[in-house]
Amino acid sequence: MICGWVGKVLRVDLTNSKISTEPLREDWAREYVGGRGLGARYYWEEGDPKVDPLSPENKLLFVTGPLTGTNASCAARYMVITKGPLTGAITTSNSGGHWGPELKFAGYDMIILEGRAPSPKYLWIHNDQVELRDAQHLWGKGVWETEETLRRDSGVPDTIVACIGQAGENLVRYAAIINDLHRAAGRSGVGAVMGSKNLKAIAVRGTGGVRLAKPREFMSASWEMKAKLKDSAVTAEGLATYGTESLVNVINEHGALPTRNHQATVFDRAEDISGETLTETRLVANKACFACTMACGRVTSLPGEASDKFSVNTSPRNWNIAGEGPEFENAWAMGSDCDISDLDAIIKVGWLCNDYGMDPISYGATLAAAMEMYETGAIDESVTGMPLGFGNADALVAMSEKVAFRQGFGDQLAEGSKRLTARYARPELFMGVRGQEFPAYDPRAVQGMGLGYATSNRGACHLKSYTVSPEILGIPEKMDPHVSEGKAEITKIFQDITSAVDSSGLCLFLTFGVGLEDMLPQIVAATGVDYDIDTLTQAGERTWNLERLWNERAGVGKGHDKLPRRLTHDPIPGGPAKGLTSKLNVMLPEYYERRGWTADGMVTEEKRKELGLPKA
Amino acid sequence: MSKQLRIIPEKCTGCIQCELACSWVQTGTFQPARSLIRVNIFDDQASYAPYTCFQCEEAWCMNACPINAIGISDAEAKVITPELCIGCGLCVIACPYGTVWYNPDKGKADKCDLCAGDPACVAACPTGAIEYVETESTDWLGTWAADLNRTRSEIDQGEPS
Repeated sequence: MICGWVGKVLRVDLTNSKISTEPLREDWAREYVGGRGLGARYYWEEGDPKVDPLSPENKLLFVTGPLTGTNASCAARYMVITKGPLTGAITTSNSGGHWGPELKFAGYDMIILEGRAPSPKYLWIHNDQVELRDAQHLWGKGVWETEETLRRDSGVPDTIVACIGQAGENLVRYAAIINDLHRAAGRSGVGAVMGSKNLKAIAVRGTGGVRLAKPREFMSASWEMKAKLKDSAVTAEGLATYGTESLVNVINEHGALPTRNHQATVFDRAEDISGETLTETRLVANKACFACTMACGRVTSLPGEASDKFSVNTSPRNWNIAGEGPEFENAWAMGSDCDISDLDAIIKVGWLCNDYGMDPISYGATLAAAMEMYETGAIDESVTGMPLGFGNADALVAMSEKVAFRQGFGDQLAEGSKRLTARYARPELFMGVRGQEFPAYDPRAVQGMGLGYATSNRGACHLKSYTVSPEILGIPEKMDPHVSEGKAEITKIFQDITSAVDSSGLCLFLTFGVGLEDMLPQIVAATGVDYDIDTLTQAGERTWNLERLWNERAGVGKGHDKLPRRLTHDPIPGGPAKGLTSKLNVMLPEYYERRGWTADGMVTEEKRKELGLPKA
Repeated sequence: MSKQLRIIPEKCTGCIQCELACSWVQTGTFQPARSLIRVNIFDDQASYAPYTCFQCEEAWCMNACPINAIGISDAEAKVITPELCIGCGLCVIACPYGTVWYNPDKGKADKCDLCAGDPACVAACPTGAIEYVETESTDWLGTWAADLNRTRSEIDQGEPS
C-alpha cells in the first residue's frame, strides 16, 4: 500500500442501509494523486452522467488527499464529488476545517454514498463503528443546532460534523455541505444532493493516525514550506491580517469588482465592506483550519442592535456572539453586486448562509439578477412580495430565509439565476457559466478569469485557475490583466496545477506563498510515489481532461464554454478598465489548441491515450 | 527557577499544529488522539486554547502513583517511566488539570515530559501561543485563571474593562 493513505473506502447504500468497506484503488490513487482527481476517477466509473442529480441514482463522494491529516501546512482539505443540481456538471467542492482529517483518523480515505434513505438519517462513524442513525429530530434544524446536538447526544465531545441545513433539505440548488460550523463545500448544490438522499449529517470521530512513507524527509519538507509561508507577504501578512476580505479594495481599485449584476465594475462604497473596515469594527479573532499556519478565517461579532436590526425568525441561535465571515466572496456577491454597503447586513447574512447551509455567492448573485429584473420591470412586487430594488439590505436578509425554506419568491430564487432569468424571459441577465453564477472578478477587467470561468468544469469558478494571482497580485510574475495575450497558456497551466493541489489534500491558498515545487517533496515523502513536477502536473491535466470527458457525456462539455453577452459585448462603463470587453473569442481557440483538443473543444483520442484516460 | 510551558490563549488560532507535533513525538505518525497537548475549541466564544501539563509543584500524579513510576527529569518535568507503569490510571484520576492521559494502545499512562527540554509543540506553533520560558512560579495557570475570573466578574458587574 502506498502511504499517506489508510487504504480503505467506506461505501454506504442508503436505500438498503448497507454499510461496507473495500480497499482503496491504489492504482487510481497513484495516477490521480487523491482528492479531486481520485474522486473524479471513481465518479467516472460509478457516476452515470445522464442521471438526475437529485435522484437516488446519483452518487455522492467525500474524498481526502494523501496529505490530508498530516502536519503539512493547510493539510485540511476534502473534496465533494457528485453531479451538481445547479450545473448538471461534475462538482468539485472543497472544504477545510477538521472534518477531512478526522475521517482519515477514523480509518477511511473516502466515502461513497448511494441511493436514498427511506427517512432522515445521519451517518455515525467512530473508528470501526459505522451506523446509519435516525435523524428525524434533526430534520428542519440549522447547521449550528445540528452540530451541537450530535456532539452532545453522541457522548463523544470531539466528534466532527459535516451536515446540511434547511437549504439542503429543501433542495435549494446552491445548498452547501457545512463542517465545523463555518467551513463549506460550498458550490454547485452538493448540499441539495445530500438532502435528496435524506442524509442530514456525517458525524466522525477517529483516533487513528496517518502513516508516512519517509517520515524524516516529510518532516523536513513540511518545515521548509512553513518557513517559506512565513516569508510571503500574502500568506504571512495579507491573509492573516485581513483574511480574504483584503481583496475588496484591491480588486475595486483595479476596476474589477462586479457591481449591480455586472453592470459596472467599480463600487463607490467598497471601503465600507472592505477587510480593513471589517478588521477595525467587527473582527473578534482569526481562526485556522486543521494544520493551517495562515489562519485566514474571520470570527466576527455584531453588537445587539445591529444583529437585531437584521433578524429572521428561523435561526434561534444567539448570533450576537460570534459567527464567521464574511469572506471576500460574500462581501462581493451580497455587497457590491447587490449595491449594498451595509457591512452588518452582509455579516449577518453570511452567518445565516452558514446556518441554513447555502452558497452565499450564488445566493447573492441570484438576488442581484432578481434586483435587475425588478428594476427593469421583468418582475414586480406581486411576484417578489417585497420591494427588491438594488441596495435593499433588508431584502437581502429577509430573502435568505425565504430561499432556505423555499417560501414565496424564495422558492424561485432557490433555483439559481439561470433558471430564474429564463422563467421571466430575461436569460441575458444570468451572469455565469454552466448554470453557476460568477465569483467576484469581472472577466472584462481580468481577461484570464474570463477564459477560466468559461472553461471551468464545475461552472463559473475562481478556484480552478486563479489567474488573478499574476494578473492583479503579481504572483509569481505580473501580467497585464487587460490584454488577452498569454492568457490561454497561463490558464491551462493554472488549471492543471490547481487540479494537482486540489488532489493533494492541501489548501489552494498556499499558492499565494509557495509553488507546486514546494508541495512536491511532501507529497513524495508521504506517499513514497516518485512524483516529480512533470508527473504531478500531468496528474492535474489528467484530472482536468477526465472531468471534461465526464461533462461531455453529461451534455455540458463543448459548446458550453461561453460568457454572457454583457461581458463579451458591453464595454465596462467606467473606472480603470473602462471600455473593455472580454476577448473570450480570441483566447478560446488558442486554449483548445494548447489543451490538444479539437477546434470545437473535444478531448482527442491522442490526448486520451497520452494521459492514460479510461475509455467512455 | 526552571523553564516551563506558558500558553497565551489569545494567540491561538486553533490549527492544532501543537497536537500534530506532539503526536509525532509520541507515535511517529500524525495522530492527535495521542497528543499530550490538546486544543480546546470553544466556537461560540471564539476561544481556542491549548492546554497540557504545566509541571505543577504539587505533583498530584507523582504522589498518586502506587509504584513510583513517575519521577522528575533533568528538565524538571514529571515523567512516567513506561517500563514501570502498570496502567492503573490513578495518576489520570489524581491530576486536577486533566493533563495525564491513559493510552489504550500501550495500556499505560502518558503525560508531557517537555520533550527533555526541547518541546516540539513550542517549535510547531505558528503564532507563538506556546512559549517555553524561565518562570518564578510554576502556577501561571492559576494566576491566569484568577485574572480571567476577575475580568469576568468585572464584566458581570458592568465595570469598564
